[in-house]
Amino acid sequence: MDYPLPTEKQGISFSQLQNSALFVFGLGAGVVAVIVFAAAAIWGSQMEFPIDAGRSVGARIDAVVDWTNINGDWLFSAIKIVVIKILITMEDALLWMPWPGLVVLVTLISLRLGGTFVAAFSFLGMMGMGLLGLWESAMETLALVFTAVTLSIGIALPVGVFAARNNRFDAVLRPILDGMQTMPSFVYLVPAIMFFSLGNVPAVMATIVYAVPPAIRLTNLGIRQVSPEIVEAARSFGTTPMQLLTKVQIPMAMPTIMAGINQTTMMALAMVVIASLVGAGGLGEDVNRALGRQEPGAAAIGGMSIVIMAIVIDRLTQGVVKKRQDALRGT
Amino acid sequence: MAQNSTSAVADRSAESEGLVVQKNLVKVEGLWKLYGENQSLATDAAGASITKQEALEKHRTVIALKDVSFSVDRAETFVVMGLSGSGKSTLVRCLIRLIEPTAGRILVENDDILQYDESQLVQFRRRKVAMVFQHFGLLPHRRVIENAGWGLEIQGISKEERYERTQTALDLVGLQGWEHAYPRELSGGMQQRVGLARALAQDPEIMLMDEPFSGLDPLIRRSMQGELVKLQRDLKKTIVFITHDLHEALRLGDRIAIMRDGQVVQIGTPEDIVLNPADEYVEEFTRDINREEVLTASSVMDKAEIVLLNSQTPKEALEILLSRSLDSGCVVNDKGECVGSVTVDEVARASKAGSTDLASAMNGSTKPVSKDTSFGQLIPLSLASDRPIPVVDDDGKLVGEVHREKLAAGLGSRNHINNVD
Repeated sequence: MDYPLPTEKQGISFSQLQNSALFVFGLGAGVVAVIVFAAAAIWGSQMEFPIDAGRSVGARIDAVVDWTNINGDWLFSAIKIVVIKILITMEDALLWMPWPGLVVLVTLISLRLGGTFVAAFSFLGMMGMGLLGLWESAMETLALVFTAVTLSIGIALPVGVFAARNNRFDAVLRPILDGMQTMPSFVYLVPAIMFFSLGNVPAVMATIVYAVPPAIRLTNLGIRQVSPEIVEAARSFGTTPMQLLTKVQIPMAMPTIMAGINQTTMMALAMVVIASLVGAGGLGEDVNRALGRQEPGAAAIGGMSIVIMAIVIDRLTQGVVKKRQDALRGT
Repeated sequence: MAQNSTSAVADRSAESEGLVVQKNLVKVEGLWKLYGENQSLATDAAGASITKQEALEKHRTVIALKDVSFSVDRAETFVVMGLSGSGKSTLVRCLIRLIEPTAGRILVENDDILQYDESQLVQFRRRKVAMVFQHFGLLPHRRVIENAGWGLEIQGISKEERYERTQTALDLVGLQGWEHAYPRELSGGMQQRVGLARALAQDPEIMLMDEPFSGLDPLIRRSMQGELVKLQRDLKKTIVFITHDLHEALRLGDRIAIMRDGQVVQIGTPEDIVLNPADEYVEEFTRDINREEVLTASSVMDKAEIVLLNSQTPKEALEILLSRSLDSGCVVNDKGECVGSVTVDEVARASKAGSTDLASAMNGSTKPVSKDTSFGQLIPLSLASDRPIPVVDDDGKLVGEVHREKLAAGLGSRNHINNVD
């Protein structure tokens, strides 16, 4: 049984407190207004800040990035090798199958997970991409996205689980994730090029930075949302923390985690065009090239292909989420 | 300091008893649970006399459990009853350390479980104790047999053995045929059977049951109570049963502890609680209890005023009764078993007829009743009988007699009623 923490017994009534707080606020506002008007009268509206540190702070950050680039070379090389390996495997796998095979496979999966409408959409969308000559680009993009998503899951699961178990870590993590989602991607594209040089690898890394937060957030949320009654019952039978995690919390949180992965995939697709700026191939490159050549038609075809791909992947992962949710529907 | 010396005494007594099985399986001593700023209240002298309100206002501390002590015997069903907020759920969670108590000792077979480290605690939960929860706590994505086998699975028991033991438990609670259903396909009552089977599959010595039937509708609740009583008769587990329902407590409990504001107000047998409520709070609870069901012959019987042997002649019996100016007397055989009772009129008639057999004189004798006979059954017997009804124990030995006036008094005011142990 949970008891509410005792609330403070207040010495003065609420209305008194409100009045005094209002008074202090009013006094403060008055003082600030006087200072502002006095300053404007003395220095005029052209007043400047005492120092301009922007340039030097920027230079410091440059120095840190340079240092990291030189001293972390072994690490970046290793990451690069791993990412390239995954990328090539994915791409080979996708291009190994002749296009009718993949079309039929995806259509069948769509039929099972999303119904006839989704299956028809998948079929027409994929045939469209193929007939427009974008098949190879699409597969390259898919490989890129899958690689980024796979690595994102690899990062998000442990980080999300740890955040769910440790409130302090969660508190530190939250603003970092906010930053990753709102920071303009160009900002980290530059160091990504410096660390991994041009090509698909910096594109994957930049995509991970942008796309991993929802997977972490929803893993955290999913595990925190597991019914405390079920956790308590499981613990009462002598469950170790690891058993609790693998046999209770993660299975129960699966729909939420899957929703996070769905979001991550969608965001990874949104990064495809931007990633082409650092040399990623695929549909992004097609769109980017069309932009340079001022061919709105080619750009539209490439863009539409990305949208179709996003919708198909979204419906399929949503289908998985729904299946899991049904399986977990409680009492 | 005081605590140290008592624990030393307890250890020594445990040693001296050696292999003798202890009567007390669970012993709770001075258990406190506080939430809030001043945790030292539990060990301070000041804490002992503080009220819940004072603790909240002066120390910003909520007293969930205050100096709770009791012991539970092996194979006993010990019911903890209280309204919400009385601390009963906190108490039962402390017994398995789902909630860590602030102070006190919980001895299970003389081992203080509060001293257990993480791995000892896991072992304790796996082997000694199992819990049944009000909200079932089943895993929705697992089938019935997998849910009921949860405790065995996390112990790493092989699938075959697990399924075998789980199946036995499922059969016990009447769930055969539902092994492969999902919890959501079952009614509340059946889900709780899964919860019960999950605990039984573990084959624990101690079962903790936290309001297991409170979420069920009244009819199902009653039948589940009945089944638990039946199960307990065979399994003889040590059960700590939490409830807010006095009817349930009286029905299931060998002994009942009544809690209020984190304290134990009274511990006693069901009859004890009904007949001798410790204070107005308990009395308030017992007001609408149907006494016919709770009270038994043993709670209103008197010591037999005279015991006649069936080897005596009617003449001798008559003399004895007349010398004590009694109207009737109970008759026992040479083994001490009660065979009936005789009135003065009967022995006088038999004596006049020259009979030498006292047994033949007991014409209108009532058959002796067991001391567990309820009031409901006792009343018609007593009304039909012209003499007190002899009461016997399980071996047929005479333990007392029930007078009609006492019976009437037991139904009404609680004066003139025996104290029952």
